[in-house]
Amino acid sequence: MNIVVCIKQVPDTTNIKINPETNTLIRTGVESIINPFDMYALEEGIRLKEKHGGTVTALSMGPPQVEESLREAISLGIDDACLLSDRAFAGADTLATAYTLAAGIRKLGGADIILMGRQAIDGDTGQVGPGVAENLGITHVTDIRKIEQIDEDGTIIVERLLEDGYVRLKIKLPVLLTVVKEINEPRLPSLRGKLAAKKKEIVTWVEEDLEIDSERIGLVGSPTFVKKIFTPPKPSGGKIFQGDTREAVASLLEELKKAGITAGKKGSEDGNN
Amino acid sequence: METIKILLDKCSGCGLCLKVCAYDALDLVDKKVYINERCTICGACVDVCKFDAIEIYRRSFKGQDVSAYSGICVYAEHRKNKLSSVVPEVIGAARELKKDLDKTISAILLGSGVKPLAEELISYGVDEVWMIDSLEIVDFAEDIQADLVARILMEKKPEIFLGGGTIIGRSLLPRVAAKILSGLTADCTELTIDTESKFLKQTRPAFGGNIMATILCQNHRPQMATVRHKVMKAAEKVGAGHNGKIVELHDIPIPHSKIEVLEFVEEQTETVNLAEADFIVSGGRGLKDPKNFDLIEKLSKAIGGAVGASRAAVDAGWIPYSHQVGQTGKTVNPTIYIACGISGAIQHLAGMKSSDIIVAINSDANAPIFDVAHYGIVGNLFEVVPELVKQITE
Ligand SMILES: Cc1cc2nc3c(=O)[nH]c(=O)nc-3n(C[C@H](O)[C@H](O)[C@H](O)COP(=O)(O)OP(=O)(O)OC[C@H]3O[C@@H](n4cnc5c(N)ncnc54)[C@H](O)[C@@H]3O)c2cc1C
Ligand SMILES: Nc1ncnc2c1ncn2[C@@H]1O[C@H](COP(=O)(O)O)[C@@H](O)[C@H]1O
Repeated sequence: MNIVVCIKQVPDTTNIKINPETNTLIRTGVESIINPFDMYALEEGIRLKEKHGGTVTALSMGPPQVEESLREAISLGIDDACLLSDRAFAGADTLATAYTLAAGIRKLGGADIILMGRQAIDGDTGQVGPGVAENLGITHVTDIRKIEQIDEDGTIIVERLLEDGYVRLKIKLPVLLTVVKEINEPRLPSLRGKLAAKKKEIVTWVEEDLEIDSERIGLVGSPTFVKKIFTPPKPSGGKIFQGDTREAVASLLEELKKAGITAGKKGSEDGNN
Repeated sequence: METIKILLDKCSGCGLCLKVCAYDALDLVDKKVYINERCTICGACVDVCKFDAIEIYRRSFKGQDVSAYSGICVYAEHRKNKLSSVVPEVIGAARELKKDLDKTISAILLGSGVKPLAEELISYGVDEVWMIDSLEIVDFAEDIQADLVARILMEKKPEIFLGGGTIIGRSLLPRVAAKILSGLTADCTELTIDTESKFLKQTRPAFGGNIMATILCQNHRPQMATVRHKVMKAAEKVGAGHNGKIVELHDIPIPHSKIEVLEFVEEQTETVNLAEADFIVSGGRGLKDPKNFDLIEKLSKAIGGAVGASRAAVDAGWIPYSHQVGQTGKTVNPTIYIACGISGAIQHLAGMKSSDIIVAINSDANAPIFDVAHYGIVGNLFEVVPELVKQITE
């Protein structure tokens, strides 16, 4: 089985704070990390390989320092890693990113299963996964919380999380899946993995290495562009009730009733359906 | 070709751009700013520069004849032959845009036995429903649906196409965008028409809600966006005077789906369906023990709401992941969000910050949750929550 996991390096938003006075981002030592959802995709890729054999390759598009993230993937147990890095790729929106990643996957020889995160925590779009699948002409399913089984006949059964429950689906391979956190518990790097990560040669491909249309990559290949960036207005200081619990609760309820909480009614009427 | 450039003669070295760059891609050397290889050309610096010292060069790729496109189209998501609750909101957004564009609103409706839904769409103010009614189009066969939507868009050429920012919408629309090679903006919280250019201005949160971005799609059509659930005002039903038209599309071939649905398992909607809930009560590590989620459930029941949780509570195994609110969980937009024993870490805030009213119950007056809360009680939740339940049910 050939598995490809697409990972994105993102700024660790844990450290991003807003300066309340200037309303700008404060980046005290913002580190780059592997997008958290992609850690689950990597783990699932390694598990599938352990169970069904084959190879699992991590693929990323980004600036040269993304190599660190790919080495981290190797240390977890990923076999190979490949980086698509070229100034011409920079500034890509989800359409151009998906197009470029798909070209990378094709050059890798395709895949039976492609795993990605549900969304990246910087852009928060979740659009790249479906886009890659479309570019490769394969089926995709988002928000996978469980891979139940893969059968000899080349079908896979998965559970997809929905707003109001989940759905079990059977799909013929190849398929692209985006995963949610519930799917597994990622492992830590092993000592052997760390050694392997040090030695591993990370393949890097530039524009010329891929079969692509230069009009469809990077900034020029991106139909959307960011016109303006601003910080959302801060809520203007809330009302805090302190002191006697009963009084505080009564004052709070007074406010909440205005917003539609109906005391003593909703609960008893709709509570059990 | 360099696509972003600092005009050194204009750069004052004020460093403002360094502050907004989330990628650490700018360096200040000898009072001048330089761009390093980490730059993703996101444009944040361009916007903030007071001296117009940063330029981005854009060329368009194979731009279409945008003038051939007209009107606003919405995707009518439905399941089990019921329109999704996001649909009236998307129509509401479309009707607001119509005020500035003065063009028709259409809807794409795919499924089997969906004619009554077409009429419902019209009752919300849709002018024309483009419908394919076929037994082959079942729920969750998104591959077919993406194909059909793309074909309809290419044939009908609306200038704007909107869908719900639901799990389905955020899977379907990116696939459609990749088919028709147009731009798509995810999970928008505001849509307006630029008065001069008539472009669709699409505003959305990014970086876990820490920043907002306004995005344009100038040279490609349709301009596509998914719309965050529970943010836009739902369209009211229009009077009998409104005449909509149902257009059945018979000529479009329907491909076979590669997705086979084995079963759909509905989870207790009352407590889990955070996306739909008007009221949410969430518990965090402050609950100390899994059995104390009882308190949260009682309060949510008393107000007829759903139960949420912080990641700390989910990771501790106190409550399933489907309840997790935040960056790695669900994004919610209730009328009232009550956070009990939740500190308000930035990743949690990412998932609930846009709630209409945020209420915090926390013993620590300095907990960051109070920075975003509209109302708060500084106190012990083991006293406050039961008292709330008591006073509500009294
Ligand atoms: C990549 C990444 C993604 C993440 N994604 C998410 C996410 O999606 N959702 C999420 O929630 N978190 C997420 N987190 C974790 C997040 O950073 C916090 O760790 C988590 O939200 C903390 O949960 P908490 O507020 O319940 O616990 P704590 O931070 O421990 O806070 C508990 C609070 O309870 C209060 N308290 C204690 N006892 C009482 C009492 N008796 N009465 C009243 N108050 C009391 C305390 O004062 C404290 O403020 C993520 C982290 C990372 C790194
Ligand atoms: N530049 C990239 N390189 C590799 N994978 C990516 C890249 N951008 C996005 N992805 C993948 O697509 C998923 C969704 O990202 P996004 O659509 O940006 O929210 C991520 O979790 C990654 O798996």
